[in-house]
Amino acid sequence: MLHLIGTQSLQIISGFGDFAVFTGRSLSSVAHSRRLGHRVIRAVYEQGTVCLPVILIVGIFTGLVLGLQGYHVLSRFGSQGLLGALVSLSLVREMAPVLAALMLVGQAGSALAAELGMQRSTEQIVALETMGVSSHGYLVSPRLIASLLTFPAQTALFVVVGLWGGALSGSLLLGVDSGVYWSSVEHAVEFRDLRECFMKALIFGLLSMSICAWQGFHADRSRTATGARGVSAATTRAVVYSSIIVLIADYIITSFFV
Amino acid sequence: MRVADREFIIQVEGLRKSFDTRCVLDGIDLGVPRGSLFTVLGPSGAGKSVFLKCLANILHPDAGRISFDGRLLTAADSALRTEFRKRCSFLFQSNALFDSLTALENVALPLEQTTNLGLREIRERSMEALRQLEMDDFHERYPGQLSGGMQKRLALARAIVTQPELVLFDEPTAGLDPIRRNAVFTMIAKYQRQFHFTALVVTHDVPEALVASDRVALLNQGKICFEGTPAEFSASVQPVVCGFRDSAEALSNSIDAIRQTNFTM
Repeated sequence: MLHLIGTQSLQIISGFGDFAVFTGRSLSSVAHSRRLGHRVIRAVYEQGTVCLPVILIVGIFTGLVLGLQGYHVLSRFGSQGLLGALVSLSLVREMAPVLAALMLVGQAGSALAAELGMQRSTEQIVALETMGVSSHGYLVSPRLIASLLTFPAQTALFVVVGLWGGALSGSLLLGVDSGVYWSSVEHAVEFRDLRECFMKALIFGLLSMSICAWQGFHADRSRTATGARGVSAATTRAVVYSSIIVLIADYIITSFFV
Repeated sequence: MRVADREFIIQVEGLRKSFDTRCVLDGIDLGVPRGSLFTVLGPSGAGKSVFLKCLANILHPDAGRISFDGRLLTAADSALRTEFRKRCSFLFQSNALFDSLTALENVALPLEQTTNLGLREIRERSMEALRQLEMDDFHERYPGQLSGGMQKRLALARAIVTQPELVLFDEPTAGLDPIRRNAVFTMIAKYQRQFHFTALVVTHDVPEALVASDRVALLNQGKICFEGTPAEFSASVQPVVCGFRDSAEALSNSIDAIRQTNFTM
């Protein structure tokens, strides 16, 4: 039992170390990578455009539900006028960065892990290294840079769409005055809320995309699952680990800001 | 430290590699003459691909010395490793083509990433490499849209576009029928002479290798059992060489017989 706990602990610690080295190498490769701009644009397109419909759908329904739930809670205290504040603060501080990150992990992150896993199993990554091309710089760095752009942008979009969702359910369906709703939003959201929101988006983006890339990049490491099963297992691990890390990071960042 | 012979473009001394407790390479000594087509023969599982991957620095040997162009590579600094990568190309058994890039983009990739050439020159040189391998009409196709033979030619175009001095071929004929095996070896021999690179091929296809190669070696149970010209290999009376040659011949005859039976049925 003690041996098992020790082995598992060592594995976790070496996993953290390996992840840190992988991310550090990928970020430092930016300086040596050639024609990076083209690949960053492509990665922004892949992460941004592909995830846009999901962000819009989840954003609007999150706003609708927040408006609905918030109205019924606030109406108990006769404070329906604060609906805009409730929806906007919930979205900006917590729901938009976390839900947008989880959606992006589910779509862009899983796609990244699967693509890198396939490239590993078909020797494309080794081929790059034999050509003298940095596989980190060519394959991973553009995705990490792109995540620093797409995650905040998608989070901002989530906030905007969510606020309209709240306005839709609050004003159009439940009769809260539209002017009161938007005025409440304007007065409730401060600069520090927006700063917290975008800081979370940046950190979630970098962490989750690094984890997905790391899992896909080393999809061949498992001795029990190789080939297609190895890629599938790496993709599953990438999504699970990223989602957990997003929630843990959310708690840590929030505890600094509250 | 002994300076490696400059006659050999790559020279290996006492190369050892094990995986867990299994010893795959057990002290390999071999020199590949500059400008030759050198084939390392051996049965499946003999460690041929491991040997080639050790040379290409994909796998790290447990012991031994590898010299490239007379300079020791195993203990070399990063500058020499970078130089080695520039002067050496590797053709994978699976071709390792980027399926999300077109044929032209695949060929242009090493030039884009390792040289300071302009985009126009990169395109011209890549198209020229494709033209020389009669692939220029397919430059906009993706690897998945090409046949197996064309993918092999595309991989070769990518390998030679940087004008390497040494090209390592890992089982280039694996999984191909006898006619295609012959065509691939003919292609390697033709382009090796046309572009004047040294070709080091590992394969278990004896007849094709004996026709195309300048020199052959036999790798068996982690050791080089024979090294010489194809004529010397054919005439050798060493039990290991005879055993491998006869079993390969017998297998080839049985496959031909099965094919003929199938065709006449």
